[in-house]
Amino acid sequence: MTSLPASTKKKLGLVIDLDTCVGCHACVISCKGWNTENYGAPLSDQDPYGGNPSGTFLNRVHSYEVQPLATSTMPHPAAQLIHFPKSCLHCEDAPCVTVCPTGASYKRVEDGIVLVNESDCIGCGLCAWACPYGAREMDAEEGVMKKCTLCVDRIYNENLPEVDREPACVRTCPAGARHFGDFADPDSNVSRLTAERGGMDLMPEQGTKPVNQYLPPRPKDALDQIDVLAPFLEPVVQEPSGFLGWLDRTLEKI
Amino acid sequence: MPNDQPVLDLSPAVSDEVRRTTCYMCACRCGINVHMKDGKVAYIEGNRDHPVNKGVLCAKGSAGIMQVNAPSRLRAPIKRVGPRGSGEFEEISWDEALGIATDWLAPIRENDPEKLAFFTGRDQSQSFTSFWAQNFGTPNYAAHGGFCSVNMAAAGIYTMGGAFWEFGQPDWDYTKLFLLFGVAEDHDSNPIKMGLGKIKARGAKVIGVNPIRSGYNAIADDWVGITPGTDGLFILSLIHELMKAGKIDLDYLARYTNAPVLVNGDPKSPECGLFLRDGEGKPLVIDRKTGKLAAFDKPGVRPDLHATHRAAGITHRPVMHLMAERYLDPQYAPEAVAERCGITPDKIRAIAAEIARVAFDEAFELEHEWTDFRGETHKTMQGRPVSFHAMRGISAHSNGFQTCRALHVLQILLGTVEVPGGFRFKPPYPKPATAHPKPHVGVNAGAPLNGPHLGFVQGPEDLAFKEDGTPARIDKAFTWENPMSSHGMMHMVIANAHAGDPYKIDTLFLYMANMAWNSSMNTAGTMQMLTDTDENGDYVIPRIIYSDAYSSEMVAYADLILPDTTYLERHDCISLLDRPICEADAMADAIRWPVIEPDRDVRGFQSVLCELGARLNLPGFVNDDGSQKYADYADYITNHQRRPGIGPLAGWRMGETGLQHGRGGSNEAQLDAYIKNGGFFAAHIPEAATYYKPWNTAYQDWAVKMGLYDSPQPYIFELYVEPMRKFQLAAEGHGDHQPPDHLRDRIKQTLDPLPIWYPALEDDHVDVDEYPIHALTQRPMAMYHSWGSQNAWLRQIHGRNPLYVPTKIWQANGFADGDWARVTSHHGTITVPVAHMAALNENTVWTWNAISKRKGAWALDEDAPEATKGFLLNHLIHELLPERGDGMRWANSDPVTGQAAWFDLRVKIEKVEAPEEAAPAFPPLRSPVGKGPGKLAWKVGK
Repeated sequence: MTSLPASTKKKLGLVIDLDTCVGCHACVISCKGWNTENYGAPLSDQDPYGGNPSGTFLNRVHSYEVQPLATSTMPHPAAQLIHFPKSCLHCEDAPCVTVCPTGASYKRVEDGIVLVNESDCIGCGLCAWACPYGAREMDAEEGVMKKCTLCVDRIYNENLPEVDREPACVRTCPAGARHFGDFADPDSNVSRLTAERGGMDLMPEQGTKPVNQYLPPRPKDALDQIDVLAPFLEPVVQEPSGFLGWLDRTLEKI
Repeated sequence: MPNDQPVLDLSPAVSDEVRRTTCYMCACRCGINVHMKDGKVAYIEGNRDHPVNKGVLCAKGSAGIMQVNAPSRLRAPIKRVGPRGSGEFEEISWDEALGIATDWLAPIRENDPEKLAFFTGRDQSQSFTSFWAQNFGTPNYAAHGGFCSVNMAAAGIYTMGGAFWEFGQPDWDYTKLFLLFGVAEDHDSNPIKMGLGKIKARGAKVIGVNPIRSGYNAIADDWVGITPGTDGLFILSLIHELMKAGKIDLDYLARYTNAPVLVNGDPKSPECGLFLRDGEGKPLVIDRKTGKLAAFDKPGVRPDLHATHRAAGITHRPVMHLMAERYLDPQYAPEAVAERCGITPDKIRAIAAEIARVAFDEAFELEHEWTDFRGETHKTMQGRPVSFHAMRGISAHSNGFQTCRALHVLQILLGTVEVPGGFRFKPPYPKPATAHPKPHVGVNAGAPLNGPHLGFVQGPEDLAFKEDGTPARIDKAFTWENPMSSHGMMHMVIANAHAGDPYKIDTLFLYMANMAWNSSMNTAGTMQMLTDTDENGDYVIPRIIYSDAYSSEMVAYADLILPDTTYLERHDCISLLDRPICEADAMADAIRWPVIEPDRDVRGFQSVLCELGARLNLPGFVNDDGSQKYADYADYITNHQRRPGIGPLAGWRMGETGLQHGRGGSNEAQLDAYIKNGGFFAAHIPEAATYYKPWNTAYQDWAVKMGLYDSPQPYIFELYVEPMRKFQLAAEGHGDHQPPDHLRDRIKQTLDPLPIWYPALEDDHVDVDEYPIHALTQRPMAMYHSWGSQNAWLRQIHGRNPLYVPTKIWQANGFADGDWARVTSHHGTITVPVAHMAALNENTVWTWNAISKRKGAWALDEDAPEATKGFLLNHLIHELLPERGDGMRWANSDPVTGQAAWFDLRVKIEKVEAPEEAAPAFPPLRSPVGKGPGKLAWKVGK
């Protein structure tokens, strides 16, 4: 079994804005590209051109339909579609670390990133069973456990321009729905966004204390409320001929 | 155990070199940084400096690395040795391939250039391919606009001198309310996502109008799940509400549109409905200051929207009067349209009120002084922060042109085009329809065509007929059936060539167009036409040449294949002469360059055309001594001049005193300058010129200086499109150019100069009770048709395409997960897997477009889900509407532009036993490239 650090100096992680994510999968493929070429073994694909293609991904986007309940002001609410990107949440109480029999899974004391030291990983898969989020994937080619590294090989990388020292998924997100920062700093961008927009833990009942936060979708379909906020427009004319009179009167004032 | 933490190298080398070029994984044309290791592509990311994507990159772009290694890449020129459609080929040399092409094409050019039909699909070099076709002398050239979004482009250009996407964009910095209509999820892929993110971050509101609540519509604050094909009616109802409430921008309408222009109102006059003009042909208005007639652009004139003018017994009324008469009519009241649109009347009212509130109550001014074309200086720029965007969803209907027009008229009535917070043009737009060429079809054996193929007709005299009155073009573009077909009609080429109507052709030459699969209506019929033989056993379409980079379905149906490169192995220019990549604040163009060399015997198609053009002795492609003029496409990009001083690329041209931008002579080091700058060029528009561009002298002067225009081109927006009225007049019997009788009524009805709505033409030809369900397709954001091959990473995201069925139909049929359905239209039947989707218009089903692949294509295994469970709706759609007893077969197209009406499709649906595979199924093609590897672990670095 492997122990977690009592505390970490930083709590690096992501804010994912479910109000803005359009479900385009840009983050999925950018992650796949960077992490195939970088940290550890490449993210392999089996049967990539065949009947049952299956590969390793550290980040996936799922889409869920939500049917809001009827209310007195909205008796027939429309269904909604929520795009939900999911990767390792770098939990403070990460069960994937404590379950690891070899110490290969660990949480970094400097910044809280949860990593797998591939040279110590025996591919037993216990960590994937322990993770309530399904955020770890065994690489079928290499036989080691793969997971989001928060691009630990980008965020401090002096070979990259400073502006690029952020995870690949954040850098690429076209809608700006992903934010990277230090949750231990209450003034960081991610802490402020979480406070302002009601950022949420994913499945808090699991007691994992995830670092990553999700911003909930804003309320939708206000125009379907019976007591709509904006009043309807007041007609200035009832007949087409009335319009011309209004036109003349109004033009006088311009 | 923190003490045992491994020591990580936190600064590993990222790459040996970054090569910056332009993406081609879709039509968005983002800048990319290609990270190289050991001469191989290691990683692709967005270019932060690039005007289009500013660093971000979509899934397609990042997956470009799987394009470089795609097993479906063609390897060498091949010629067909088995029957067409079998996929039996043999490899040949380039010399042989070009020799065959020359032997086929030279006699055609010498005798009858129209026997060549040259059509390009998702071509990003249309100014070059059209130049080649023009020099060849055939009138039969177009790209894919006719089956994509010509309605959007043509309606925009005719109405306001620009359109969405490549021609303009919402003012993301200032807009507070954004309405998105019928967008395909990939169109203007990254900029739309960036813009949505930007406006949502500051709390602006988004309203999505789309039968399907996915993608961009999923994050809209409000969703209008409209019934397909009724967007125009909904928009006209909004116009009704806004006009009735006086929530229109009268000052803007008077100054910048033809609302005050006087229209002949005498029903007996051959000029009824035409503008009153002065001796110079300028439309006339009444000057509010003098009460007298004046040219619309006279310095100091204040056009009156109200006063009429009577002369020679004829009353002339301003366009504004006609609009009041039309749109205040109760037929456009919310109650009258609601049921048809599938929206409640209250919701239409609420949206109209919200639009009015933001446009007028949240109006603001920018402190930018500017001078208009009448010489008046304005201290500020008035902003109206409501913006709109629309694309193929409203465009691909037979009422699409008028619907797109209606949307632009709504924008203009609100005074929110080219103003802060509204919609903004991107250079070289604004550019009115009258500043574009007209179509040219003057054919002379052995000589170039008499001008550009495509353009914007201004009346019946500009239609494309031969001397004998038959259509001049194989696609029948610019004829009475679809007079304003500005992008041509690629979807009719194969059917017309097969029918020999209007004439037979000899060679069909296609580029990047998968016409034997997902790019054709009536796919099975198209395959049959491509393989059909005449009484002598010869192919009805005698010869087919095709260029593609990949082993697509179309490859199997060609006789000669000229293998193209991938986008990282080629030169390209994304030119201001073509489909621009400018932003509202900047003019910009870009290049591609070979960041890697091909490892196969393939050549960039444009370079091949340079050599083929020389072999054919085409004037634009040979020197005076007959030698090849352009060694390759890079040479053309650098040295071609369309007009003196204007070339394919605007950056780093040679001026008299040194390098300059815009105008100038050729610069041998131009491509190097682009590469050094990141693959693109951008020049910012001066602040005083950033808005009100069609009327802003600072912009007009800047545009002339930069070579976008040769002289200032101020104009007013065409709420009323006079050329359409000219077609109606002809249909009413006026003038020398007369339509056939069977088309008169339709022209009178559909070419209305003010936007109208009419039901989809298919509704008039099929029993809507028998086929009550609308069926749509859209592309997923993470995939773009089959163009980019079946990418190993992307097909793991979108490898399957069930038919999504709304709750009402799901329950009525007793569907459950895993079920299949038979879906039938007037034309065909498909059997497909279904899935439930609640966030969907209750009378609409849909699927992802072009996931389906034919067995044997794209180097996929034959048991790939794309080939066994994937399906195309194309099998249900015919290029012609069904017969209805009038002896005619009407085109399944917009009667104004000829745009393919894909989204008019109606179907019925029933549950069936799950079959082995989706139907129809076709025999496997023999792959010319073999199969892909069984696994991938693509790490190129050590």
